[in-house]
Amino acid sequence: MNAPEKARIDAIDLGAEFRDAGIAEVLEALEHDLVGLAPVKRRVREIAALLLVDRVRQRLGLSTQAPSLHMSFTGNPGTGKTTVALRMAEILHRLGYSRRGHVVAVTRDDLVGQYIGHTAPKTKEVLKRAMGGVLFIDEAYYLYRPENERDYGQEAIEILLQVMENQRDDLVVILAGYADRMEHFFASNPGMKSRIAHHVDFPDYHDGELGDIAERMLAQWNYRFDPAARLAFAEYITLRRQRPHFANARSIRNALDRMRLRQALRLFEQGNPLDADALITLTEADVRASRQFASPLPATESDDVRNLDFDPERDTDRIDY
Amino acid sequence: MRITQGCFSFLPDLSDAQITAQVHYCLRQGWAVAIEYTDDPHPRNTYWNMSGLPMFDLQDPAGVISELNACRRANPGTYIRINAFDPTQGWETVRMSFIVQRPDSEPGFRLVRQETRGRSLHYTMESYAVARHPEGTRYRA
Repeated sequence: MNAPEKARIDAIDLGAEFRDAGIAEVLEALEHDLVGLAPVKRRVREIAALLLVDRVRQRLGLSTQAPSLHMSFTGNPGTGKTTVALRMAEILHRLGYSRRGHVVAVTRDDLVGQYIGHTAPKTKEVLKRAMGGVLFIDEAYYLYRPENERDYGQEAIEILLQVMENQRDDLVVILAGYADRMEHFFASNPGMKSRIAHHVDFPDYHDGELGDIAERMLAQWNYRFDPAARLAFAEYITLRRQRPHFANARSIRNALDRMRLRQALRLFEQGNPLDADALITLTEADVRASRQFASPLPATESDDVRNLDFDPERDTDRIDY
Repeated sequence: MRITQGCFSFLPDLSDAQITAQVHYCLRQGWAVAIEYTDDPHPRNTYWNMSGLPMFDLQDPAGVISELNACRRANPGTYIRINAFDPTQGWETVRMSFIVQRPDSEPGFRLVRQETRGRSLHYTMESYAVARHPEGTRYRA
């Protein structure tokens, strides 16, 4: 049907399309701002390229089916799932697959009600707010609670599925969570799995990458390590990783927060006049005062009662002097 | 008699694309959009039935349109209007209101004359549709 039109347009400059869409700078920023995550960046690039090509095809009358854009981001805590979701929304917006490009981040509490008849309006309200943008459901597996057959989560899942299917043009859903439990969630909700086109796995960061992340965070806050502190922090990362509740970049962030606290106290107590350099420098002492260096790795903690708790990040925010 | 209430009431009925555009305008202004319906179109009837809650924090008209379609399915043959509420301090009121569905036939209003003391007359209006049938069945064929 479109054959004559197809013949007329013979050369398509994908490079020009790429520039016009303005996604180059988003991808560039993604590459530049986020340390590591090579497989994730590659997947995002792939998805962006697919959508770009799809858009060109559509203009030539080749493609008819709107691509399914729902995604699942799996990975351990603190591996950048939320950050990448924000970038993804930006990319979808620039390519015209998302009209507004805003992200509505929710968890189970925002979707599931407390009594009969509460869930549907609550879920629908969230969906309405997310229309035209991206709905980011963090720890999506909490929606499904098999141990309680009267749990209202199932109702939220059903409404979600319906909208994911029928209003694909209006809404992109990104589910995020830890890999093993997401796998379990998908196994018990095959409808959900089949409606999600893109599964992106976020690897853990290496020690070196975490070091880079720490440096970047500090630079952002106008702090820096002195050379000895940098070495000590590399040691800290190795030690911290062996401890339970390790949450990648988030643990690093919390550790840096604690080091800033210690630095502030140190400066406060020494009482001498300060210069700007002292205010921005974290020293080895600030790093080494961490609990990680003091106590040996507790062997009993793995079968500790606390590990029965479902929230692996429970302890990561605790201040450990 | 075609009822004219709110914005655009002297224009032909808005198409869905036009409604979407108007809702988009409301959302861009930061107004909360609500959907209401009634089968008593008397001009003094300000209390229409709410169809769901007012929708705050929306970015895109798609959510409103799906609610509107749900309301149309649930209440065929009624008047449906969209209200846009401006929550900014000093306004705190409905800034825009327009009818998005009306019954097929609108019989209009009768002028009722009531003779009172001294042969003076009090005038009032009465809707034929309201007088004809009880609530909920007034515009059903």
